[in-house]
Amino acid sequence: MRNRYAIVGLGALLAVATALPAAAEPVDDELVIDGQAMTVRTAAPEGHPFDELLSGWLFREAETRELEADSFQNPGMLYVDRGADIWNAVDGTMGKSCASCHDDAADTMKGIAANYPKWDADAKRPINIELQIDKCRVENMGAEAYKFDTPDQKALTTYIKHQSLGTPVAVDLSQGDLQSWWDRGKDIYYTRTGQLNFACASCHEANSGQYIRADHLSQGQANGFPTYRLKQADMVSLHNRFRGCIRDTRAEFPKAFSDELMALEVYVTWRGTGLSVETPAVRQ
Amino acid sequence: MIRVTAIVTAVLAVTATSAPADETAPQDVKFEDLAVAASLTGKPGDPAAGRDVFKDRKLGNCLACHTNADMQKELFHGTVGPAMDGAGDRWEPAQLRAIITDAKQVFGEQTVMPGFYSLAVGKDVREDLVGKTILTAQQIEDVVAYVATLKE
Repeated sequence: MRNRYAIVGLGALLAVATALPAAAEPVDDELVIDGQAMTVRTAAPEGHPFDELLSGWLFREAETRELEADSFQNPGMLYVDRGADIWNAVDGTMGKSCASCHDDAADTMKGIAANYPKWDADAKRPINIELQIDKCRVENMGAEAYKFDTPDQKALTTYIKHQSLGTPVAVDLSQGDLQSWWDRGKDIYYTRTGQLNFACASCHEANSGQYIRADHLSQGQANGFPTYRLKQADMVSLHNRFRGCIRDTRAEFPKAFSDELMALEVYVTWRGTGLSVETPAVRQ
Repeated sequence: MIRVTAIVTAVLAVTATSAPADETAPQDVKFEDLAVAASLTGKPGDPAAGRDVFKDRKLGNCLACHTNADMQKELFHGTVGPAMDGAGDRWEPAQLRAIITDAKQVFGEQTVMPGFYSLAVGKDVREDLVGKTILTAQQIEDVVAYVATLKE
């Protein structure tokens, strides 16, 4: 019975495919920020479901794309400025700032965030920029870990990632057990959740290029996060967006930095291998 | 697997008690030849009410994925699914009922279309929605009646 449905179903889908309006293509455009060309299209790594990886920037309207291309207009740059202040501000019982050890972020942090998440041998789990900041604050500054999504956490994360602007995303899965977290993240990516019964792949793989209402479905890349989201008029962290997407399937959603979402971050970041870090990107 | 079965059983129990006696409960809907012949409520659907369900973002929100020339005043028609124009010519009401109730029974597991009157849903369903369907049986009948009017 199931087989018969599957065969008839396939026929129906093929019939339907010909009746579909043409998928709105992502634009053919080049992104240059402060004179630096971004890689917004690149060949996918081996084992990737897509042939070509596309930055979410290519799926946005012209006005939104321009906002990102102009650093003076990009509202996310205010967070970069705030992050620079935090970088230099002493905090915690040890009387240190980030700069006390790491000097000028433009030198010491250049290209670093493009290789995150990394393997944290102490915690025996992946570590992202937010958690790396917390680890440094607690262990080396005598300061408290940030509460999730506090403006300071978003600003400092944005500032550090911005030092990798233009650097291609490259996660080294050979570190520690990172590969098994990638495996787990892949499972999560294809697991349907909620009353609406959608997986990440339902929208960002099977229907990338289509519209849900006014939303042009991108490949769901992570290379621009934290990203300035016009809909929320604020910086949005990657785990905030993960939770928002899962919530929209009408499901309970995991905690930020939980094992589930760290695994998903490893996998989704890998799916953007070779795209430039665009932080702070501007999106719809 | 045992846990899944237990959850499914619990889910079924909740719905079985909440469905009015004259309505077919989601787990009792009979799919035959890719169609559901019998009305889920025994009452005819109301096309005007179905039209509202079709466009209401909090109800069917069908327009999120389907363009529909009958709703040109509405902004932002989605393109994930096929256009609805002429759907009433292409499908019998019994087929529309099957597709809208649980599209996976018709198009296979891979379809992205949610089951609007099905409890075969994704994991971690939001707590207050456990055991509940997206639409009621009558809303399904109303949407079936509405889509059946979309002829070219």
